[in-house]
Amino acid sequence: MSRGHTWLHALANASEQPGFPASVRVVDGDLAGRRARFIAVVPDASNPFPRARNGEVGVLEGWTLARAVDEAIEADTTREKRALIAVVDVPSQAYGRREEALGIHQALAGAVDSYARARLAGHPVIGLLVGKAMSGAFLAHGYQAQRLVALEDAGVMVHAMGKAAAARITLRSVEELESLAASVPPMAYDLDNYASLGLLWEKLSVQQIESPTADDIARVRDCLAGAVADIDNDTSLGNRLGAANRQASSTVRQRLRAQWA
Amino acid sequence: METLTFQYPAGRPGRTRALVGCVGSGDLEVLLEPADEGQLTIQVITSVNGASHRWQQLFERMFNSQTPPALHIDIHDFGATPGVVRLRLEQGFEEVGHD
Amino acid sequence: MTDHARLLNHRTFTELGARERARALLDRGSFRELVDPFERLISPWLPGQGIVTQADDGVVIAKGTLEGEPAVIAAIEGAFQGGSMGEVGGAKIAAALELAAEDNRKGIPTRACLLLETGGVRLQEANLGLAAIAEIQAAIVDLRRYQAVVGVIAGPVGCFGGMSIAAGLCSHLIVTREARLGLNGPQVIEQEAGIEEFDSRDRPFIWSLTGGEQRHATGLADAYVADDLEAVRNEVLRCMAGGPVEQTRSRRHAQYLARLATLGTPCPLLTAADVRDLYKENDQ
Repeated sequence: MSRGHTWLHALANASEQPGFPASVRVVDGDLAGRRARFIAVVPDASNPFPRARNGEVGVLEGWTLARAVDEAIEADTTREKRALIAVVDVPSQAYGRREEALGIHQALAGAVDSYARARLAGHPVIGLLVGKAMSGAFLAHGYQAQRLVALEDAGVMVHAMGKAAAARITLRSVEELESLAASVPPMAYDLDNYASLGLLWEKLSVQQIESPTADDIARVRDCLAGAVADIDNDTSLGNRLGAANRQASSTVRQRLRAQWA
Repeated sequence: METLTFQYPAGRPGRTRALVGCVGSGDLEVLLEPADEGQLTIQVITSVNGASHRWQQLFERMFNSQTPPALHIDIHDFGATPGVVRLRLEQGFEEVGHD
Repeated sequence: MTDHARLLNHRTFTELGARERARALLDRGSFRELVDPFERLISPWLPGQGIVTQADDGVVIAKGTLEGEPAVIAAIEGAFQGGSMGEVGGAKIAAALELAAEDNRKGIPTRACLLLETGGVRLQEANLGLAAIAEIQAAIVDLRRYQAVVGVIAGPVGCFGGMSIAAGLCSHLIVTREARLGLNGPQVIEQEAGIEEFDSRDRPFIWSLTGGEQRHATGLADAYVADDLEAVRNEVLRCMAGGPVEQTRSRRHAQYLARLATLGTPCPLLTAADVRDLYKENDQ
């Protein structure tokens, strides 16, 4: 089982919702007395799209995430909004001819749309990073959350592009890219540098990330419950601003506001 | 990347500020702003190293034939040829309205 | 108007820079740039990597009016670093959309138009570009509840990466023949999927799948206009006049999943014509 799949079951402790494709797993459980929907994208060796068999987010996954989140929005319109936990372990978006032809960007927009509307509707949305959170795949699954939580592990990484491809496109060797990344926090691949950008709400270590212990599970669930409480009525992404390594993002906003009217 | 600065005698201040060009391949961005009478200062940030002498020659040729207005000029160069640099500067001077 | 007069009046849109595009779209004399290049709010990350910055970081935010209504235009300069989204440029777009949404909550009907000319995340600012794109997307979905958010992909750069997802969130998407729209750039796809599946040097093939005409014919763009300033402006105005769109394309998962389900397992390699057939019934 992939990390995402493992953590989905460890945290949700209920059976998967039927009727979803094998690459998108949805479990309705609870979190601190509130209903919660846990969602993960997982590898499916017989995915109808050959370029999306290793846990990538492709056209099917994008539109299915949209559906899984939208279902929760619609079901909860007149009752307490359930928490939505995106369990993030996505190596990349799917790269292929079918994907571009069918408009994979639109499928991913579907997922972003649903997560963003859920947040605006008052659902607490949390992105829990247990593995890779790469580029378009992360945008579609997790990056619209009010709070981002990451497990501390070398396998947990956020980036816009894999090292090999990024090196090729910026006309550098992988070694050059790595040495540069070491001195440029937003280019780095490790979690500490990512955390320095102020985008994470919490980072926590576990004993066994591949096969979580009872204690690991309890601590992560506590942390998620804390995130739900911290979100309270916040429907924005505002808590990502303020880090020293992201100063310009705040400066731009201050100046635009001052000049706006 | 290299940062160069130049200074030349100038006439009256330019009337207004102006921006021409962009930092695209073979092009440059030029920001011109009025400065105190008699002074033209130029800062060049260029992607091409070791071309200080070429910039100097180009500026001198332009300003010897005609006294420039008093300005501070910022140039962000992305490998423009002297011809393109000259064209952009002339566009800029036109816009700041020198006499 | 005679054909001759029309020809004389024709003004290209794609050949204009970002600032000229914004100025040309807004009502005459209403253009006011915010955080303009003379503020020199440049990328904090490029100089350390030996890359020359542009004074506006490649993004122009212009306020003004469209047919007398308050509007903001965010225009990306495709010539600077491929229109890539860095921290500053990305924050400019996100903040402009956030402020437009805030206006609407206060009763000021500010609308927004995005001129998309971008390869996506600027890799030299990787994670900050990605984070900014997530915020741009969030702001589009927020603002879209009050006003139509109109995206224009004119070309020649096109719209890729995370910003193609942003394009997919707009209430309306306008493309020209010079536009391309796709998540992944051709070289990256070839590298990942192999040249048999995707030949990045086969330009006609790439255009047939991701070009403006195909995107419009498959319903992934709403309007297909000539590379003409008046045509683009008229279409932007027409889209805005309709007000907010409830069932945006990005909300139609039921429709799209139903179409995908007909493709079989494994899904065959598709041609442009296959996709036109498949999505024909999506048209409303």
